[in-house]
Parts: sequence; structure tokens; C-alpha cells
Amino acid sequence: MPPETLIEVKNLSFSYGSRSILKGVSMTMSRGKVVAIMGGSGSGKTTLLRLIGGTVTPSAGYVKFDNHVVHELNRDALFKLRRKMGMLFQFGALFTDLSVFDNVAFQMREHTDLPESMIRDLVLMKLNAVGLRGAHHLMPGELSGGMARRVALARSIALDPTLIMYDEPFTGLDPISLSVIGSLIRRLTDALGTTAIVVTHDVQESLKIVDYVYFIADGVIAAEGTPKEVSQTVKPFVHQFVHGEIDGPVPFHYPAVAYHSDLQLEDRLA
Amino acid sequence: MLKRIISGIRGIGHRVIDSTWRLGYAARFFILVLLKSTTSLRRFGLVIRELYFTGVLSLIIILVSGLFVGMVLGLQGYETLQKFGSESAVGTLVALSLVRELGPVVAALLFASRAGSAITAEIGLMKATEQLSAMGMMAVDPVARVVAPRFWAGVISMPFLAAMFSVMGVFGGYLVTVVFIGVDEGLFWSQMQNNVDFRIDIANGVIKSFFFGIAVAAIAVFEGYDAPPTAEGVSGATTRTVVTSSLAILGLDFILTAFMFRGIS
Repeated sequence: MPPETLIEVKNLSFSYGSRSILKGVSMTMSRGKVVAIMGGSGSGKTTLLRLIGGTVTPSAGYVKFDNHVVHELNRDALFKLRRKMGMLFQFGALFTDLSVFDNVAFQMREHTDLPESMIRDLVLMKLNAVGLRGAHHLMPGELSGGMARRVALARSIALDPTLIMYDEPFTGLDPISLSVIGSLIRRLTDALGTTAIVVTHDVQESLKIVDYVYFIADGVIAAEGTPKEVSQTVKPFVHQFVHGEIDGPVPFHYPAVAYHSDLQLEDRLA
Repeated sequence: MLKRIISGIRGIGHRVIDSTWRLGYAARFFILVLLKSTTSLRRFGLVIRELYFTGVLSLIIILVSGLFVGMVLGLQGYETLQKFGSESAVGTLVALSLVRELGPVVAALLFASRAGSAITAEIGLMKATEQLSAMGMMAVDPVARVVAPRFWAGVISMPFLAAMFSVMGVFGGYLVTVVFIGVDEGLFWSQMQNNVDFRIDIANGVIKSFFFGIAVAAIAVFEGYDAPPTAEGVSGATTRTVVTSSLAILGLDFILTAFMFRGIS
């Protein structure tokens, strides 16, 4: 694996029981880049993040992170590796019994022996980076969706990880919060020198901030390229996805018997 | 007809296999919680925090219920005993009923409804909102960090709550029989002192409540951790916690009573 490559995914397959989710996916992610993984709902994007994080085991192939094959690691080694990863969950997944401050401080208290005064400074710095230093005393229930996502972002960078994974970071956000999160992902990746994987189906926002895009459809990589290449593609699936066309390779209608037979038009006309 | 019979038998078979599998899974989970309890013991602050939510916040319902149960016992006991001219034994009746049976059992039933259901709902919702997954991704084991402290808080708080229930019950019995009805105060307390044995009655009651605490806490954390991550799944798990805990408490009570007081001989 070349030194600039942080993650290598090779012939990765995964299935839930008899249902195949990923079928021989291969991709590489370089250090310091923001990579988007796009695809329709249920296409296996989040599963791919779980495979990278080692919470599920592939049925074939492997994910190599920082030269370690993730699924071959024992529990302790896997937990050690996960300290280099941060993850932003779809709706933040903040700990509802802890304040904003304690949420961000959580990993520092769990994994380090830093004195409380230093933890305080670090937490306020992380919160300042996402613009929520003033909200450190609030509880998660008192935050808006966008604010919760920003706190979760601050929490995911608490230990300065090598990789940050974003699972649908733009879902359910108003336009301002959406732009804020998008810009934070880009700025934090550049400032911290991390690598970011953004799993999303928000095409317009993500194409503004990412360096490279993979499209997943039917468990395989349907297309890949830079945002410019993807925008100009003529591949029917990607074109439909990028331009939000309602019909195409992904049909508008759920498979059904012919419309006229369902309405029993022949019988009625006869 | 034959098809329906076979299908019925198959259905029963499936249910038996599922129940056995689930029981085995619960047993493995229980062992896992015990193995992961070192974090809770090392960082006892985590347990103390949960003790507040499970123990301290259950105090009101336990104390009020204990008071009323004791008052009813005093009233009923007095009504019955005076027919035989033994109303002075009402203190013994109230105390023995409470420390041997009603204290541990009713306190455990209330604890299952108040704290057990809350533990299940909290862990279930943490699972549904991906908080447990987030913890795992942060290299923090959710069984050690979330489940074990709640389990130990339940185990520790149960004997104290049962003891408080009994104390309040005795006080309730005293209020009704001595203060309101007028039974001699000296007789009330001296009869109780003479007939309630520390080892046989009080210690066995405490041991009972300790076992009930293990049962309720284990069921509550398991149901929460195993709950399907949906609103319906969490509500179902909460209901199962209360029902299963109640049955476990009553079943365990019979077994423990048989061992402790030689009920079967």
C-alpha cells in the first residue's frame, strides 16, 4: 500500500443473510482528501462505513486501514485502531444524559489521563471550531438538529483522528445549517490534515466540498471520479442521480403488473 | 386438518427453540456483564451516578408504599388478633410480615416498575438513537460503560430500598395500632423485639432482596440492550422487563423461602 493511501478496500463483499449488499467493491482513499460515497437508500453506503470501522465483518475481501486489515484485528487492537477514527452519525448520536461539554470531553476522559483543566481548554477549542463554545453548558435536548450535528462533529475530532467518517451529515438540515456543516467538513479536514469519508446522497452540497466521488449502485461501484468528471458524466445512473431525474435506471414505478390489467380495463370495456 | 395440526406443532416447536435460544443468549449476556464489571468497580463514580437514578429516585414510591402497606397490615392484624385476645402481638405480625416477605417482595416489584423499566427504556433508546454504536466507534465498550454500572446500581440499591420499605412499614403499623387504635406501646415494641430474630428474619430478608436486585437489574439491562431499535421495540422491551421481573421475583421468593425457612420439609 503506497504511503499516501490511508484506506484500501479490496474486492469487498458483504451480505445480510442471503441478501447481498456489497459485491466486490474496491477503492482507495488518500490521506488528507475528502471522499464522497454516494448512492441510493439501501445501496450499502453505511455498511461500507461499518466495514471500515470494523463493526461488521466482510464475507469476502478486506479493508486495510493504515496498513492493518481491519477484520483480522483482535478486539483490543481494533479498539486501539478506532481511536484513530472519528465518526459523525446521521443524527449526531449525542449522549443524551451528558451536556455538550461532557459529550466532547467523553473520549478524552475515557482514553487519556489529561488533567481536567487541560480537557476544559481542549473541549472549548473543539467547540469553538464548530462555533458552539457558548453552548457548552446545554444538554443535547436543548439543541437544534444543526447544532447537534456540529457538537457531534466537535466530539468526533476530540482526539484528532486520522480519519473522520460522516454518515449522512446533511440529512434533515435547513440550508444554513447544511452549508455550515459542509464548510466545516472541508475546513476541519484541511486544518487537521485528516482524511474524510462523506456518505451522502446530497449531491449538490457534497460536490462543492469533496475531492473524489464513488457511486455505489446494486452493490458495486457504478462510477467514480472528481466532482467535475461526475457532473459531466453521461452514465445513465449517475446522470439521473446527479441531476435528480425522477425516472431512469432507477424507475419511478415500483415493479407491478401492467396498469390496464390492474384496472381491469379489458373486462370493463368488454 | 392434518396440515393444521402439524403447523400448530411446528409453531410450538419454534417458540420453544426461540425461548431456549433467548434464555441462553441472556445467560451469556449476564456473564459478559459480570466480566466487564471491572470498569464499574475501578471507576465507582459511574455506579454512584446510576445509584442516584435507580435508588435515590425510587425512594419516594418505596417509602410511601411501605407506609401504607404497614398501616394496612396493622389494621388488618389488629382486627384479626383482637378476636383471640392477642392484639399485643400485632407488632410482631407487622414486623415479621414485612422483613420476611412483604418488604423484599413488594419493594422489588415496585423497583422493577419504577427503576427496571427506566433502565430498559434508557438503554433501548440509547441503542435506537445509535448512542451505543457511537460509543463502540469511540473504542469504548458500551457493556462496560453503560450496562454494567446500571446493573450494579440496581443490585446495590435493592437491599437498601427493601430495608427502607420495611422500616416505613413498621412505622405505619405503629401509627395505626399504637397512635390511632391505642395498643400499648411497650407491648408493641417488646413483642417485636422478642420475636424478630436478626439472622433468621432480617438477614434472610436482606439476602432475598439482594437476589431480587440481581434478577431485576439483569432482566432490565438485558431487555434494554436486546431491544429492537424502534419505538415499538423499546416499548415492548419495557413491558417485558416489568412482566418478567415480577414473575422472576415471585418465583425466586418461593424458592428462597423454601430454602431459608424450611417451608418444604
